[in-house]
Amino acid sequence: MTFPKGKLIAIMGLSGCGKTTLLRHIGGVLKPTSGYVKIDGQLTSELDQDGLYAMRRKMGMLFQFGALFTDMSVYDNVAFQMREHTDLPEELIHYMVLMKLHAVGLRGTHNLMPSELSGGMARRVALARSVALDPMLILYDEPFAGLDPISLTVVGDLICRLNDSLGATSIVVTHDIQESLKIVDYVYFMANGVIVAEGTPGEIRASEKDFVHQFVHGEMDGPMPFHYPGGSYRQDLNLGA
Amino acid sequence: MPADKAIKGIGHRVIDAVWRIGKASRFFFLALLYSGSGFRRFHLIIKELFSTGVMSLIIIIVAGLFVGMVLGLQGYETLKRYGSESALGGMVALSLVRELGPVMAALLFASRAGSAMTAEIGLMKATEQISAMEMMAVNPIARIVAPRFWAGVISMPLLAAMFSAVGVFGGYFVGVVQIGVDEGSFWSQMQAAVDFREDILNGVIKSFVFGIVVTVIALFEGYDAPPTAEGVSGATTRTVVTSSLAILMLDFVLTAIMFRGS
Repeated sequence: MTFPKGKLIAIMGLSGCGKTTLLRHIGGVLKPTSGYVKIDGQLTSELDQDGLYAMRRKMGMLFQFGALFTDMSVYDNVAFQMREHTDLPEELIHYMVLMKLHAVGLRGTHNLMPSELSGGMARRVALARSVALDPMLILYDEPFAGLDPISLTVVGDLICRLNDSLGATSIVVTHDIQESLKIVDYVYFMANGVIVAEGTPGEIRASEKDFVHQFVHGEMDGPMPFHYPGGSYRQDLNLGA
Repeated sequence: MPADKAIKGIGHRVIDAVWRIGKASRFFFLALLYSGSGFRRFHLIIKELFSTGVMSLIIIIVAGLFVGMVLGLQGYETLKRYGSESALGGMVALSLVRELGPVMAALLFASRAGSAMTAEIGLMKATEQISAMEMMAVNPIARIVAPRFWAGVISMPLLAAMFSAVGVFGGYFVGVVQIGVDEGSFWSQMQAAVDFREDILNGVIKSFVFGIVVTVIALFEGYDAPPTAEGVSGATTRTVVTSSLAILMLDFVLTAIMFRGS
């Protein structure tokens, strides 16, 4: 897989196919047993902890449910990295935090605690936090999971706009095919830890591959079985062989 | 064979226990290693001192008062048999500063602050807050664990001292005010019986050791908890049980070292 600079790329596949594991490899949380991850010319497996932390400062990550720090206000969550990694004066941090929150439409929530936000709002605050230091690479882990249709469109639009305005590379791990095909430049499909299909959104929509067709149209019948592998149904119900 | 299975089961448990002790020791070492950056964030230590120390004060004061009152009552009844009621002050103070202050305060600290620390860190892990911090290139041991560790270690001796001081007043209230033991002999016996180095300093050392042990167990259990509701609840229970047993066991060891032959 390659993720060119400035592009928004989706990684799709069924639950358990290895999408989040891939994201963890890119973030340097896991080390590959074979193959390699190279970011901005650096092999992540060769970096020590300081090197990994230096690399992660150039990254932002949006977790599935936001992962906002629950003991801090919205403002402090967004200011967190600025205070930890820079010597910026508090006045400048104040401007930057409000600008980031304004970009996600939640400037008015800066005094609230994460427990006072809805799921969609928490995701948007987490998005503001993940781009606090203008990262070159942004990782999104299931950014659309559990959102209502309006929040879903808002978050999708924000991901697209932030990628363009920051000139960053974005990797979106998602199940939500319809929303992601609207915003991404390229799609990788994964199954059982390997790439089974790839292409632009247009190519994916037009694809005749069974796997892609089943996934895009949400069909029950296809190469991906509905039932988890198990013994004979009749035997499990004690009805004989 | 059932015996085979039982031996295997015991073997697995022993190996698991050794693994966990090793992991906890490594965790303790890392907490010490990253204490420098923890101290650079001194405001976090102050914040944790408030939530672990100050917020435990009520339970410590109330428990200390009642324990002191019981000591006054029971001590008077026992000493009366030997005609030594005047030694009540010394007995109450020695019981508190040597044993009950450090031990009871540590048990209460483990139940109130220790369980809260485990649940908080376990939930931070379950809601991916710790992973988020790592991804933001901030070391969670330095940012989350070290400040809590030092807050626990600093709080514990202070809480034990508070427990003993309030307990002495509880004993005074029952012994002197309620029963009528002579006030002068109560305080003078106490002054004569309690030695600063032998009794008070040793009590402080005990509570300091308990502070380290309880805080490390609480933080480790939270950090190592499986990220599920069941995992966090199990870790919280383990914190209270393991800390309590460790306190009682260490108390015996420390008492044997400190007071043998004195």
